[in-house]
Amino acid sequence: MQSLVIVAHGSHLNPDSASPTHTHADTIRATGAFDEVRTGFWKEEPSLREVLRTARGDDIYVVPLFISEGYFTERVIPRELRLEGWDPALWDSDGISADTATLVAGDIDKEVHYCGPVGTHEAMTDVLIRRAETVTGDPSVGEGFGFAVVGHGTERNKNSAKAIEYHTERIRETGRFDEVQALYMDEEPEVDDVTEHFETEDIIVVPLFIADGFHTQEDIPEDMGLTDDFRTGYDVPATVDGHRIWYGGAVGTEELTADVILERAADAGADIGDAIARVRQQTKSTTQVAGD
Amino acid sequence: MSAVESAVSETQLAAFREALADGPIEYDGLSAEYDADGDTYHIETADQQTSVGADELATVDAEQAAYLTNWYFYTQQLRTDIKRAFCQWLEQADEHAVVDRYTALESGIERAWGQLRITTTIGDDGTRHYEVRHVDDSDAEATTLATHTDPFEAREIGTLDPKGRYRPLRTAPSLKSGWIFPNLSANEVYDAVEAFYPATIVNWFRERRGELDIDHWRDEQDRQSGIYNLITVLPDEAVDWAAAACCDDSQCLKRREWQLSEDEPLTAESGDGVFPCRGPCSMVVAAGREWAKLERQKTQTYEFELTPSEKEQLEALIDAVGDGEIDDIREADVGNGANRYRVRYLREKRVDEHGNLAGTPTHPADHDDEHDGSDSDDN
Repeated sequence: MQSLVIVAHGSHLNPDSASPTHTHADTIRATGAFDEVRTGFWKEEPSLREVLRTARGDDIYVVPLFISEGYFTERVIPRELRLEGWDPALWDSDGISADTATLVAGDIDKEVHYCGPVGTHEAMTDVLIRRAETVTGDPSVGEGFGFAVVGHGTERNKNSAKAIEYHTERIRETGRFDEVQALYMDEEPEVDDVTEHFETEDIIVVPLFIADGFHTQEDIPEDMGLTDDFRTGYDVPATVDGHRIWYGGAVGTEELTADVILERAADAGADIGDAIARVRQQTKSTTQVAGD
Repeated sequence: MSAVESAVSETQLAAFREALADGPIEYDGLSAEYDADGDTYHIETADQQTSVGADELATVDAEQAAYLTNWYFYTQQLRTDIKRAFCQWLEQADEHAVVDRYTALESGIERAWGQLRITTTIGDDGTRHYEVRHVDDSDAEATTLATHTDPFEAREIGTLDPKGRYRPLRTAPSLKSGWIFPNLSANEVYDAVEAFYPATIVNWFRERRGELDIDHWRDEQDRQSGIYNLITVLPDEAVDWAAAACCDDSQCLKRREWQLSEDEPLTAESGDGVFPCRGPCSMVVAAGREWAKLERQKTQTYEFELTPSEKEQLEALIDAVGDGEIDDIREADVGNGANRYRVRYLREKRVDEHGNLAGTPTHPADHDDEHDGSDSDDN
């Protein structure tokens, strides 16, 4: 019996924080690739401390629905899951290359496969591109468009910027968009000045965040000048300094993110059959995956 | 008392024969074994002993058939100890033998799990069916409630309270009513309850087996890092206040089992909930961090001029907010100290344009108390 456990941050204040986790869990549950799909949260229930005891599989894959390697993936989650003998060095990562480590979880006295975060998996690049397609409604969007990947910055975690740069470079390498640029909330180049960083008239802006919340729904739209007051909303696209800004919101809410969770588990040895292909197909709707 | 109408299906008989081929069965009042020499099945239940040939198994009477279908449901359809234990609890298996239970299940056995009312009924083949609704809807016609079939929809139902406010604590007694899961299977009722009240069944199960691992407050303190390190400075007496404030039955349906430490019990009420709380939750830790910040402040003496009724009004206001009764105070009930008009009147009279009660500054110029900087957790 195979179990997937998705662990995420959650929130005491914002009900939308856990929405992507539940949505992706539902998507994966529907594929039947795992005998059960469980979710656990730092701020919601079941807690990280208790989530493993809700899982009954012999093979348990834990996938952090987080953007980057750092405090949560390296310290909080392993501690709360009681992963015995955990050491970040087990991932042998350069900050964006964590894959998997297999350790006994003290809570259930059983081995679990602890995977790297979804945000640094190469498949996340496809999700960013998928979001560009869904926000513009154009499955072949690219020519004439700029693409800004937005991150928090390095203030709290140096690996956060590495993940942003990694995906920015991968999108750039596809050659699909005229310009691709990493922007940050709290360091240069800043998202506030988005129009100064692009020649293209159309700019797609996608924050590499898991869930929509304060930063993606309030800060970034106001900082970019999409609106004076987030409560009044904004247009997509919105015109700023003669550019059309196609603001996509947190990439983690894109349905295709379920695919990255599956990729993480598969990389750790989960037998998931053709679930990845099916999720890609199912979440495709009117757009198609590009950049493969 | 109506007669039990149980019939054993071919599938169930096949499973029964197969299990007996491997060895005797002892389950919930049923003892059975297969005598290969005589090709005979010996079946013993509460009041009967029967020996039948293989082709006569299907002819056992309804009472013995009940024991067989009960065995089949619990051992062949439910595959985990925890689901078995939960479903047995739902039908009060500890208190009633199979035949009595089957009779009661025909009209339905009701149990409460937090604010859920779960009713177990049974089909002729022994398969259990579960209906879940809010306890406040116990007497409601099912047709007046919104019907749900997917157990995971419970998650959505439990996200917002009746006023549309987010419920970060799933076990808060603020579950909205007006919905029903009319017919769930055993596996589905487990998933639904887990979605309403995450991890409560597994912790209840561990507790029943004497295996509940409790994280006491000091364990929690020792484990923290980052911004929550601050809870290490929360005074011990404040932990009791925090438990009384947050973990009371009026705030959370879990029964608090954690203490200051194993040897240092808290004096706050632990509650009467069915399912246990095995450690301070993230809400308590986040609140504890806030209180740790506030408790760093020293007390100081303020001088206020208040009439006796104004002092009592402030106390009534604290009670009304603390007990969540603000919305129950009638618009024109100006006799209530927490009535909005009364409070507005008090503000006009006693609070100056800077928001200071009785014109007394919080931080007098000659008293530079630590003015706590706001670095509150933004989540």
